[in-house]
Amino acid sequence: MRIGVVTFPGSLDDSDAARAVRFAGADPVPLWHADHDLQGVDAVILPGGFSYGDYLRCGAIARFSPVMTSLVPAAAKGLPVLGICNGFQILCEAHLLPGALTRNSALRFIHKPVRLAVENPETAWTRAYAKNQELLIPLKNGEGNFVAREETLDELERNGQVVVRYLDGAPNGSSRDIAGIRNEAGNVVGLMPHPEHAIDPLTGPSADGLGFFTSAVKALAGTGA
Amino acid sequence: MSRVIVDVMLKPEIHDPQGDAVLSASHRLGFSNVSRVRQGKRFELEIDGPADEKEIEELARELLANPVIEEFTLRSAD
Repeated sequence: MRIGVVTFPGSLDDSDAARAVRFAGADPVPLWHADHDLQGVDAVILPGGFSYGDYLRCGAIARFSPVMTSLVPAAAKGLPVLGICNGFQILCEAHLLPGALTRNSALRFIHKPVRLAVENPETAWTRAYAKNQELLIPLKNGEGNFVAREETLDELERNGQVVVRYLDGAPNGSSRDIAGIRNEAGNVVGLMPHPEHAIDPLTGPSADGLGFFTSAVKALAGTGA
Repeated sequence: MSRVIVDVMLKPEIHDPQGDAVLSASHRLGFSNVSRVRQGKRFELEIDGPADEKEIEELARELLANPVIEEFTLRSAD
């Protein structure tokens, strides 16, 4: 099972994401931003960082990179895609997920472990978790304040598209304490906290994040990929 | 050559913490009559030949602004 990890200029967490894929028992495949070729991978992770220096808006330039022009139609056809932090911002800019990420309400860069609740364990990236399972995962962002129109937020809630929610209030000001969402089909998930930094108690606050990656392995095994 | 200016602002209902920070700094500097600050972006475009308003509008919608959170205005600088 092969899971692609995209590297953009300015990506930081691609190697941790690849390590998490290995921990979950799959093979990480490095994908390059300037390359159209998805190399036949079974799923794709857009990692955290500051793609293209966060110029214009976070994720706004990455959206138009060659790898994204291949990824957008593949995601629409059901390819599992996980966007973490900057990856979430890119997915919103590419309209694969609704809403947008704006400046943290207190303007400070936030870097700390946060408690999350898994609200939807029925996505390609969360099926290893139980409903309402509590996770402790690092959050590190300057622009993680999730905003969307009220009607969009209502729709996300109604459709069960809120995947993870901050348990102690959103430190970045996100609407309705939303930490991560999915698309309608459930194959595309984006979240601001970093599960790839919480796969091993030696290097993170917990191993709670590993489930995102084992979920994909489980989901792909189910489809015979 | 023609020149077009595109101003991009956060929609009024979107919280602008940068504007708020500038507001409180203005007060600290003694400009106590400033009551609200909104911070935006200004793009100055140079176009070969005459500017096609529809085309620039599309550029603004697709790239310069994120319509989920921002709105934009175009004007000629010629």
